[in-house]
Amino acid sequence: MAVSLMIVGVGGQGSLLASKLLGNILTAEGYDVKVSEVHGMSQRGGSVVTYVKFDEKKVYSPIVTAGEADYIISFEKLEAARYVSFLKKGGKIIVNAQQIDPMPVIIGSAKYPDDILDELKNKGVFVDETDALSLAEKAGSSKAVNIVLMGRLAKYLNIKYDEWINAIENTVKPKFVELNKKAFELGYNYGK
Amino acid sequence: MSTKNKKLMIGNEAVSRGLYEGGVNVVSSYPGTPSTEITEFISKYDDVYSEWAPNEKVAMEVAFGASLAGKRSCCCMKHVGLNVAADPLFTLSYTGVTGGLVVCVADDPAMHSSQNEQDSRHYAVASKIPMLEPADSEEAYLFAKSAFKLSEEYDTPVLFRMCTRMAHSQSIVEIGQREDFKGYEYEKKPWKYIMTPGNAVKRHPFVEERTERLTQLAENCGYNRVEIADNTKLGIITAGTCYQYIKEVFGDSVSILKIGMINPLPVKLIKEFSEKVDRLVVVEELDPIIETHCNNIGVKVEGKSLFSKIGEFSQQTIREVLLNESADTVKTETEIPVRPPVMCSGCPHRGMYYTLAKNKITVLGDIGCYTLGSAPPLNALDSTLCMGASVSGLHGFNKASNNENKTVCVIGDSTFMHSGVTGLINIAYNMSNSTVIVLDNSITGMTGHQQNPTTGYNIKGDPAGKIDLEALCHSIGINRVRVVDPYNLEECDKVVKEELSADEPSVIISRRPCVLLKYVKHEKPLIVNGEKCRGCKMCLKLGCPSISFKGKKAVVDATQCVGCNVCSQLCPFGAIEREVQE
Repeated sequence: MAVSLMIVGVGGQGSLLASKLLGNILTAEGYDVKVSEVHGMSQRGGSVVTYVKFDEKKVYSPIVTAGEADYIISFEKLEAARYVSFLKKGGKIIVNAQQIDPMPVIIGSAKYPDDILDELKNKGVFVDETDALSLAEKAGSSKAVNIVLMGRLAKYLNIKYDEWINAIENTVKPKFVELNKKAFELGYNYGK
Repeated sequence: MSTKNKKLMIGNEAVSRGLYEGGVNVVSSYPGTPSTEITEFISKYDDVYSEWAPNEKVAMEVAFGASLAGKRSCCCMKHVGLNVAADPLFTLSYTGVTGGLVVCVADDPAMHSSQNEQDSRHYAVASKIPMLEPADSEEAYLFAKSAFKLSEEYDTPVLFRMCTRMAHSQSIVEIGQREDFKGYEYEKKPWKYIMTPGNAVKRHPFVEERTERLTQLAENCGYNRVEIADNTKLGIITAGTCYQYIKEVFGDSVSILKIGMINPLPVKLIKEFSEKVDRLVVVEELDPIIETHCNNIGVKVEGKSLFSKIGEFSQQTIREVLLNESADTVKTETEIPVRPPVMCSGCPHRGMYYTLAKNKITVLGDIGCYTLGSAPPLNALDSTLCMGASVSGLHGFNKASNNENKTVCVIGDSTFMHSGVTGLINIAYNMSNSTVIVLDNSITGMTGHQQNPTTGYNIKGDPAGKIDLEALCHSIGINRVRVVDPYNLEECDKVVKEELSADEPSVIISRRPCVLLKYVKHEKPLIVNGEKCRGCKMCLKLGCPSISFKGKKAVVDATQCVGCNVCSQLCPFGAIEREVQE
């Protein structure tokens, strides 16, 4: 059975680079890999989702459906809750503890729920919560939230630390390699 | 197998690699999600001529010309773009080709980024043109590579169908070498290329006979494949990504007839397959094209009696429909607010939309990022139909309603070039006092920043011809052409009022480049002076994602704000300030 991951967040948060890094590292590890995302209208500050699946055998469907995700990597709290129905029993949520108000909340026609991650935890969902924005800023750029979260994910996947570093070097532009390596390290070692 | 040539590719990149290796010489396209990346990837090959055309009809006719000249050509578009190009398509079926010609069309089931959910397979059937449809990136690459030979051998354009999931899903492709294709010598063939009635009546029988030959091919070709399982209780006929969903659910435990050539469909192959299985089900998204064919040839199948004609499928759809299994999931009790897409912080369209909304103006809209102005709180649009319809629709609205001083249309620079300009010609010719607003952000925005005839650059980013919008409007016969900066609310308000009250047609060009363009310099973020802010919420009327309320005061998110300064013009208390430089 393929391992299924979802990367969810708000359009513009950098999920594309995260899925590219994952795709590259999993291909290099010799897995069959499928990555699926939607481009276009929904990217403009809307809720976005990317699916990543890998297996030693052939991967067929490029998408993840309800109850199938082994991991949901969420760049924002509300988005983690939005997609929780996709999580497999015993699956893990890795979430950036950041609140970004959607437009209905900004204009006062909806309320951003309080303690939404607590509700998930109370339902027995495994939630790995990280202040990825602060760690990204510590690494040198608020844009590195994506790589901080990849560092968190690396804790759970059976891929060597050095392989991740190799993949970062092969995926990001040379001038951003050091920043992203730092961000990855901060995410990986968070809470130690 | 060397891993060096193995690469993770989105379906669109795989198509472009296949076309490249198949020897493509000329590619002309108009951007449209989810087809855009095919041409973007092609543009990276220096030994292929590629371009963005003003619209899909032009693109297809460019591909026709290149084929006539003996070269292999391609045009790419989204499903609704094929409507625009339908005129050349149907007669191209009659003329056939010299150099191979491939028409890539990308459908968008579930309408992730489209205004309708039409099924382009109907076009293949109606125009009697063969259509290929791959099921993953590897097939996309292989099918595309083979398409030019199919086109030349059968003297026909070839339709190449993608869907959103195919176009934007990545899987591993093993790439090869480009075929050294020199092209064919041009030869005058009036009987084949001049479609006067006298010639066309002789070509139609050719088209019918070609369909018969292509049906023979469909019975036994690499595009269609039968996978017989040990258990023959259930047989499934399917195509595209649906094949992957079925394999995910059933593995090798059901028999499958996987169709890669959607038109024409085989007859004998389907009949033989149906005889091998007890129950036969067709799994296809959108309309019952394969199912209808089965019914026509007398093969009993189940299809749309089980599956929806609406939206995308998934492995979950297959489980629910064929196995009656539902997913075991965690649900939240708390209601999760929706997160719709929004216009970006600093989007130049916002100032103009605010002006129109404030003045309660009826606004006929068009296709692009600026369709997002329809959402709350701006609610600035009254209609969105198709590319160019804002301009022509405005003329009709004004002719019918005598509401010329309260109605405008908005259209982007690229969309205006696509098909807005013909509507403006109608306004000038048939004389309505219409006010057309061109939202000129100097790029094709929604599809991800493609150059267009007004930007002065070509697909490779090199300097190119530049259409002067003001001069174009003047030459059509519009005397009143005004240019405004949408970051200046006072100016927008004044110009909109003046042009609406004018006794002749006018064009307002609302000009400022898209804030996401790399060359656009961002100003320092604004800050709210808490002592001055009285919590009146005027600033929230802009629908800017950078502005929200914490307690009773407005706050500006410094990570998102680009300092466009539109909100500070709106604040009656001068509370939104530029950060003081230290």
